[in-house]
This record gives sequence, structure tokens and C-alpha cells, in this order.
Amino acid sequence: MTAPTEETHAPDLLYSQAEDDLRAAVRSLLADRSDAPTMLAHVESDTPYDPQLWKALAADIGAAGLLVPEKLGGQGASHREAAVVLEELGRSVTPAPYLTSAVVATETLLALTAQEGPADGLLGELAAGRGVAVLAVPFAAARPGAAQPVGVMADTLEGTVTGVADAAAADVLLVPTTDGLYAVEAGAEGVTVEPLVPLDLTRPLATVTLHGAAGTRLADGASAVAAVRRGLLAGAGLLASEQLGLAEWCLTETVRYTRERHQFNRPVGSFQALKHRMAQLWLEVVSARAAARNAADALATGSPDTPLAVAVAQAYCSGVAVHAAEECVQLHGGIGMTWEHPAHLYLKRAKADSVAYGTAGQHRETIAGIVELPAP
Amino acid sequence: MTTPDAAGLRRRTQELLAAHPPATTGRTEFLKARFDAGLAWVHYPAGLGGLDAPRSLQPVVDAELAAAGAPDNDPRRIGIGLGMAAPTVLGYGTDEQKQRFLRPLWVGEEVWCQLFSEPGAGSDLAALGTRAVRDGEDWVVDGQKVWTSSAHLARWAILIARTDPDLPKHRGISYFICDMTDPGVEVRPLRQITGEAEFNEVFLTGVRIPDSRRLGPVGEGWKVAQTTLMNERVSIGGARIPREGGMIGPVARTWRERPELRTHDLHQRLLTLWVEAEVARLTGTRLRQQLVAGQPGPEGSGMKLAFARLNQEISGLEVELLGEEGLLYDDWTMRRPELVDFTGRDAGYRYLRSKGNSIEGGTSEVLLNIVAERVLGLPAEPRNDKDVPWKDLAR
Repeated sequence: MTAPTEETHAPDLLYSQAEDDLRAAVRSLLADRSDAPTMLAHVESDTPYDPQLWKALAADIGAAGLLVPEKLGGQGASHREAAVVLEELGRSVTPAPYLTSAVVATETLLALTAQEGPADGLLGELAAGRGVAVLAVPFAAARPGAAQPVGVMADTLEGTVTGVADAAAADVLLVPTTDGLYAVEAGAEGVTVEPLVPLDLTRPLATVTLHGAAGTRLADGASAVAAVRRGLLAGAGLLASEQLGLAEWCLTETVRYTRERHQFNRPVGSFQALKHRMAQLWLEVVSARAAARNAADALATGSPDTPLAVAVAQAYCSGVAVHAAEECVQLHGGIGMTWEHPAHLYLKRAKADSVAYGTAGQHRETIAGIVELPAP
Repeated sequence: MTTPDAAGLRRRTQELLAAHPPATTGRTEFLKARFDAGLAWVHYPAGLGGLDAPRSLQPVVDAELAAAGAPDNDPRRIGIGLGMAAPTVLGYGTDEQKQRFLRPLWVGEEVWCQLFSEPGAGSDLAALGTRAVRDGEDWVVDGQKVWTSSAHLARWAILIARTDPDLPKHRGISYFICDMTDPGVEVRPLRQITGEAEFNEVFLTGVRIPDSRRLGPVGEGWKVAQTTLMNERVSIGGARIPREGGMIGPVARTWRERPELRTHDLHQRLLTLWVEAEVARLTGTRLRQQLVAGQPGPEGSGMKLAFARLNQEISGLEVELLGEEGLLYDDWTMRRPELVDFTGRDAGYRYLRSKGNSIEGGTSEVLLNIVAERVLGLPAEPRNDKDVPWKDLAR
């Protein structure tokens, strides 16, 4: 019997050469197609996504299929590589359904491949970048079954799911129901995707309503719950890498700005009151990198430590991203408060991410259970 | 001679063990033989306890020796010698100095201490006022040093002193090896808030140091001292720890064993600190992986900052968790411990001792400046002391 606190795997927390190469390709694409003025021009539409960018990322670079085995049409890579893609997407707060489709929906479907059923074909479509699937659960959900309002009557689906991220970009909705997991075409009769006004304009939310909608049953009740749990665990774990990338951008940009901005005949970045805050933030970013890499490596290697590694990464990185974005706004002074400067996009993404797939507090509760530090 | 690989080191270690079986060899004798075999610190040069091998291969030797039950050199007892004096002697010493000092240092026959800080020169170490005046073949040293761990045990000290007060402060300093048995050296214990005296004040009165014990050129002591200080921060912040291996361990155990102490407020704070301690541990793991892979990052400068704050917050929480027992202290008796044990003794001691973690080896405030300026490239504060002769500075 292993003690609850014993580390069961030796994580590799560095980046491989292949991961560095992938990062360079993604960063170059995003620098070309997802600069701040372009994003600001599109974020107030219901679909801020850029289909050309998605095709380049998902299909040409092959990022959508990183988690999918080669025999199912994917790249046969792992969560470590997907985490690097998410770092870059976080660095640019690009609106793209990567986390929701290429990670959460894909991982949910990967849990069902043993059945050799319809999930396999869907995975092939996702991996090739030919389709986008989204798991129809609230973006704030930390675990499956928190709310499962969709029922099945006479083989059609009835119910409403609120706060679904990237539903507007989805070709297929993966819907957990009282009767297992269903795949539903987003454009099918009886399916309504109603956009909400999101805090984070770079990741649209929608209410999904199913009224007499037909779907394909992918899994029964028990395996559906397990699959959704696996999807959400991967989502939470890799969200930490998005938060890391976001925090890095905020720190880099704040350092750059405070070196150039002069007040009192000095660069404002020379004042200790400011530079200590940025040094503290650097330390948080360095720490977030270790936590995020640990979670990605645990997911990639199937470590028994994965639930703990993911909960630690989320409990830590959520706060770092929010802190970095808040410091970014404050240390930019007045310009940080304007719509034209992109800092607000990062603040909104960071704050929304801190609720996504469970708050830091919810993840700490999970940790309390795993390492046996129970509440009073 | 070619640089040995892991297999070569393993073979050499087995040869050492065969020639000097630990079971029948005295401890010091074994350690001397290990040094002479180049297996003390394999990345050091041949003839000085090493084999010019990659530093990352040291664990190969250590594992073989540990498996054979061989004695080690008790690195905690001689930490200042190993971590600070040795790299500086290696980097700046003459051949005679390296031959004379490194072997007894590593074997532990000679303990070292560090005579750097002064009452008037703490964070601003370069302002130090201890004078070294040339007299024939000697230097005559007068001044006062402080915060000197192990001074009462030490045979030698690394010392920085002012050799030219007419130059700006960074340029008039030289670096010496001081004989702690010289009659002009007086060591007095300095009692701390914990009740004990880990540290000392050291008074230097007419101490004669031969010029042959100067390290590096006259006037370049500040540059030489940078080698020492960089190694100090790595050695304070870089140690490997298992999960719950640091200060969080005792608190977590108390929490599990004593449900009657639990409150909701303490639970939230404990979990937050548990996460931060785990992340700090992972950050240290990543730093070591970078070092082994030959990609050292600047993360090391951050580790000491992180552990100082965590140790203080965790031990503070522990005193509260213990409630009525937290009102007690194990022992205020004045002692001069040979080893510093940050996690030793009771919660009250840990709380008080950890206050030093953000002061010793560079205050957290100075370290934040270093990170901001050297890692992030932020501009320095404007300064008015850099080009002024030391003797004209305010003090």
C-alpha cells in the first residue's frame, strides 16, 4: 500500500526537441493570423473563430490529432505536445476550439475506443481537422454528473445545457444524458445553440437546447460517466498550460512596457515597488510551468498520480494566470484600462479560466481527499 | 587521459572499494583514498579530487558507494567549505592553494567559515569596512564580521576586506584565506531569536595573513566573491526534497493524527500551502532536470525566495494549529549547535528560525531586485554610490 503522499512516477518536466519545434510552428502561425488588432475586430461577433487559422492549426500542423493514435487517423503524440499548443494559444488568447474539441471531446471519445463503435469514426474526423466536437456540459463543470438535465424519450433528446464553451463552433455535440453519451449533429433538427454574452469574448459560450433531437448513442450510462470524467480531467490538466502561456505573455508584455514607459524622468520599471511585483510574478510563472508540465506528463504517461497532478496544477495555475493578468492591467496604468490595448482580453480569459473545469477551491477539495487532509 | 563515462566511474568506484573495504578502513582514511581516486567530486580536475567528468555523473559514484555502505564526508557539517570556499579556491586559487586546501576541506578535516557580512555592510556587502593593509609579505587585517556560521569550529575562513579605501567600493576589495587560529581572531557567539547561537561575531585585530593566501588579484575581491555568493544561493535553495519533505510534512502529519485541532479556516489555509509546497518541490525538480540536461535556467534564484516565504507561512500556521501547545516553546537554553536543522525541534522553533530564511544568503528584497534586473532585464534604480571613493560614502 502506497502512502497517499508518495510520488509514484518520476515526471519529465522539460520540453523535448520535438515539442520545441511544434511550439515554433504554432507560434509562427498565431503571430501571422491572430494578432491583437485582428482579434479585437472579431471578438464582438458571435463566432470570433477564424476558419483558415483553425484549418492551418488543426489539419496542416496536425495539432487536432495529437492525442489520437495513428491507427485512428491521429498523430499518435500525447498530452505533452497538446500542452505546448495550449501554451501558445494561451499566449495569444486566440479564439479556437482546441481545448474543448481537440482535448476534452477527443479524450472523452478516446475512452470509448475499446468498443470499436461510432466513437472511432468521429475521432478520425476530429483528428484530421475535418470536424469540431464539443462536450455539452457547462464550462464550469469540474466533474461529470454535477447536472445532467438531458433526458431521452423515444430515442430523441430533451433538455437544456447552459454555458457550453465553443458550442457555436461545433459540428457535433457530445451530450451526456440519463441514458449514456450521445453524439448529436449541431445542425440537426431540434438542436438550438443560443449564444450567451460571455465575460471572456475569446471563448464564446452558448445555451444548447435539445427538443426532439436525434442522436447516436456512443456509450451506456456507466462508461459514459467514466468517459466524461476522463475528458474533463484532461481538460483541467491541460488548461493549466493555457494559463501558463497566458501568464507568460502578461509578464513579458508588462516588463517590455515598464522598461519603455517613462515617468519622473525614469523608466517606471526601475522603481522597486514595481520591479518586485514583476519578479514575484516571474517566480509564479516559473512555478506554474513546473506544475503544468507535471500535469501534462502525468496525463501523457497515464500515471496513477494524474488526478493529484491535475488538481495541483489547476489549484495553482488558475491563480497565477489571474494575478498575471491583473498585474498586467495595473502596471500598464491608464492604457491597460482601454479597449484598444489587448490586456483586457487576457484578464477576461484568465478570470474565465479560473472558473473553467472547476475553481481552485474545488481542486483543493479534491486534493484534500487524495492526500488525506480531511475537512473538520 | 580521457574523461570517464558512467561505466568507467562505476568501475573506478568498485576498484576503490576493493582496495579500501569500508568495513576495515577508517573513515578519514577511506575519504582520503576516495579523494585521491578522483571520486570526491568528479567534475573537479584530476589530482584535485575529480576526473574532469560531467557533474551529472556524480550520482553514479554516490549510489555505488552508498550501496557498499561507505562513509560520506558529512556534507552538512562542512557545507560552507564545499558550497562556497571550494568553488572559489578552484576558480581563483594558485596551484599551491588548490593542493593545500581542497583535500582537507573535502575530507572534512578542516572546517571553513565565511567572513563577509559586517554590522555596517549587510545587503550592501560591497560597502564593507574591514581593512587589510600591506606590511611586507603580509596583510594586516582589522575589523568586525558578523552572521558567521561555524566560526567556532572553523580552521579557515574565506574573507573579503578593503585594501584600497580611495577607490569606489566595488574596486578596493581583496579576497583572502584567513587562519581562524591566528591570535588576532576572536569569535563570540551571537544569540538569536530562537535562543541558540548558530552564528558568531568575529573580531579581527591585527590579524596577519601572508600574501600567499590571497585569492585572485589585489582589488578584484568583489568579482571573486560573486563566485562564492552564486554558489551560496544554489546550495541554500537547491536541495532535493520528496513530497511533503519540507516544512509542510510535520503540519500535515499533525493534521492527520489530531482531528480535534482541525478548523475550517485552518483547512483552507493548509490546503493552499500544501499546493504551494508541492509546486515549489516540482519547480526544484524541474531545475535539477535542467541542470542535468545541461540547460541551467535562472530558476535557482527564485527557489530561495519561494522556500523562505513558504517556510515562514507554514510554520506560522503550525503554531496556530497547535493552539494551546503553540503557546509553549521547547527550550530557550543558549546553545551553539554544530548543524543547522531548519525542520528540527518544535513548531515554535521552526516559526522563529524560518524568519532567518528571508534574510540569510541575501534578503528576499535583494533577491527580487536580482531577478528583476538580471533575469527580466528591468533597469536598475539610479545610484549615487558607484563612482564615489569608498572613504567618502555616508555611513
